[in-house]
Amino acid sequence: MDQPAFVHQAVLLSLLLFALGTLGVFLRRNVITVLMSIELMLNGANLAFVAFSRSAGTLDGQVLVFFVMVVAAAEAAVGLAIVIALHRHKDSLDVDAFHVMKG
Amino acid sequence: MDQVLFYAAAGLAVMSALVVIGQRNPIYSAFALIVTLCSLSVIFGLLGSPFIAALQVIVYAGAIMVLFLFVLMLLNVKREADTPGHGGRVLGAIALALVAVLVALAGGVLMRSEPGPAPAFDASTRRMAEILFSPHFLYVFEATSILILAALVGAIALAKKDY
Repeated sequence: MDQPAFVHQAVLLSLLLFALGTLGVFLRRNVITVLMSIELMLNGANLAFVAFSRSAGTLDGQVLVFFVMVVAAAEAAVGLAIVIALHRHKDSLDVDAFHVMKG
Repeated sequence: MDQVLFYAAAGLAVMSALVVIGQRNPIYSAFALIVTLCSLSVIFGLLGSPFIAALQVIVYAGAIMVLFLFVLMLLNVKREADTPGHGGRVLGAIALALVAVLVALAGGVLMRSEPGPAPAFDASTRRMAEILFSPHFLYVFEATSILILAALVGAIALAKKDY
């Protein structure tokens, strides 16, 4: 199977997605949107793994993507549970509302 | 043909990612993120990884995004306030500058690197299963089930009403 011509472009796209995710983490104020931006960053990393695995011809990158997906699922479950607990506590989802450790 | 499909999916992914971070209504952000994940699945397929492409749709667009939408609708989330957070703009500008440097550096390296000879590549589901269940990754694979169980118990404990 020939190497597709767009492996380089895929790596650039992964950088772009990671960058957009970083921007979202800084610019958004809703906790859930911040979590979604983190998912965007994880997907950028996954795309880089797949692209490099394709150009290196080994499958280790693909296995790593599998584990990243598992950890992302666990992260989303725990993160959203924390968001529910915070919402019950402060009745807000604004990141600025959560600025004390206790209280 | 593959080239055209790649650029179409890449453009769709970038545009919907822009909607994810530019949208003040988190429900719209979530739906835009589903579009991003599905177009990334197309790109995974084009890169010769059908297993990851299927997993992307099933796990990400299916399971994780349903979890997000479930919480968004459970909490009855309002539109984000119009006032920018203090320092958010400055931090965003710094992040943008750092990211621009990163993209420029990586782009420079990538443009200079020659595409090597195409190595043999077989990422079929059978190959992936053989690797995942080989002694090399088997214990890590089994450890993820403990991680999932811990996350499950932790999520229930955190979201419970009275503890």
